Amino acid sequence: MASLRDVKTKIGAVKKTKQITKAMNMVASAKLRNAQSRIERFKPYAQKFYEMLGDLATGADESVHPLLAKREEKKTVGIVLVTSDRGLCGSFNSNLIKAGLKLGKEKLAEGLAVKYYCVGKKGRDAVRKAEYEIAVQYRDVMNHFDFTLASKLGQELISSFLDSTLDEVILVYGEFISIGRQVPVVQQILPISGTPGGEESVGSGKEYIYEPSVEGLLAELLPRFIKVQVYRGMLDTSASEHAARMSAMDNATRACDDMIGALTLLFNKTRQSAITRDLMDIVGGSEALKG
Amino acid sequence: MSKKLLLEIVTPDRKVLSQDVDYVGAPGALGEFGVLPNHIAFLSALGVGNLYYKNEGKTHYIFVSGGFAEVSPDKVTILAEAAEKAAEIDVERARKAQERAQQRLARTQEKIDNARAQAALRRSLARMNCRNSGEKAGTC
Repeated sequence: MASLRDVKTKIGAVKKTKQITKAMNMVASAKLRNAQSRIERFKPYAQKFYEMLGDLATGADESVHPLLAKREEKKTVGIVLVTSDRGLCGSFNSNLIKAGLKLGKEKLAEGLAVKYYCVGKKGRDAVRKAEYEIAVQYRDVMNHFDFTLASKLGQELISSFLDSTLDEVILVYGEFISIGRQVPVVQQILPISGTPGGEESVGSGKEYIYEPSVEGLLAELLPRFIKVQVYRGMLDTSASEHAARMSAMDNATRACDDMIGALTLLFNKTRQSAITRDLMDIVGGSEALKG
Repeated sequence: MSKKLLLEIVTPDRKVLSQDVDYVGAPGALGEFGVLPNHIAFLSALGVGNLYYKNEGKTHYIFVSGGFAEVSPDKVTILAEAAEKAAEIDVERARKAQERAQQRLARTQEKIDNARAQAALRRSLARMNCRNSGEKAGTC
């Protein structure tokens, strides 16, 4: 049986761990609020953007702009994997990575080459370990990124797509549904397919005067659409990361409580049995002296 | 004047402005255009430059880059990659950006870098210009 002192040290250690997990939980919840408010601030822009694009794109077909054109023969697929930079957030990263790597494997099985674009350290590490090609990586950015970063990555993707280094681009990110639920989402972003913006792009049906022409405007809007989507993916992933960390740390804190309870019980038992043993010794000794 | 226009400016990071105004002047891709209430529905790409609006006899300036304007009879919506009110512009930063861009232009002959530096130069100049205009109009 463990000695009293051992158990005591262990209780102390678990208590300290609990303090840390509790602090991390609080930090994550503060960061989550921050990330959520960024999503809120981004919403009006995204909504307006989809509206505008919806107005324009009604009637536009594949021939209008190269970013809309599907390639008959595909050779290379770009996978943008957005993960967090840090761990300790439950299965959040590993779910994303699993989704990203599975996609890569499927594409490889179809005989396509795969290139990864990694945002966030965790995804990069995993992709490197799996020995896939990494075209571009951004590390330690998830804490303080802004639209410029999304813009840079988007531009990179667009120019690779246009000079045919890439024939398809797929974005993998963690969609933030609620604090308790984050889901990895796999979404094709290039070539732009269907009505851009999906259901949200119900055009207002107004007749506009366009300046420059519709084609000219689309040429401006479509690349930006890619960037908007990349940015959205990053925002969602960052909010999801913090939400996942929050619940993971909450669980950890609770596990610490359980453990402290169990250890305290053990401590008391050990102490009790030590006392009993001592008493027996004393009683035995005095009996012997009497005899 | 009773009728007003609602001017809304949004960027990916925030809503910069939402206000009733009398007149909006914007740097369109094909040249500057002005909007008064009851303008016909109109959609345009914007260049880099100063957007200004008049309200209660005062002119306010806002720097915009990489944006679009959607005009309807009672509303103007600007979607921009970056937008700053004249009062918010960091002149020092703009000046540094200008110097950097000029140095880069002097050094590099490569096409892409050159284009980038030129764009940066344009942005920094437009920012400073915007601030100056705002100061002249006494609205920042």
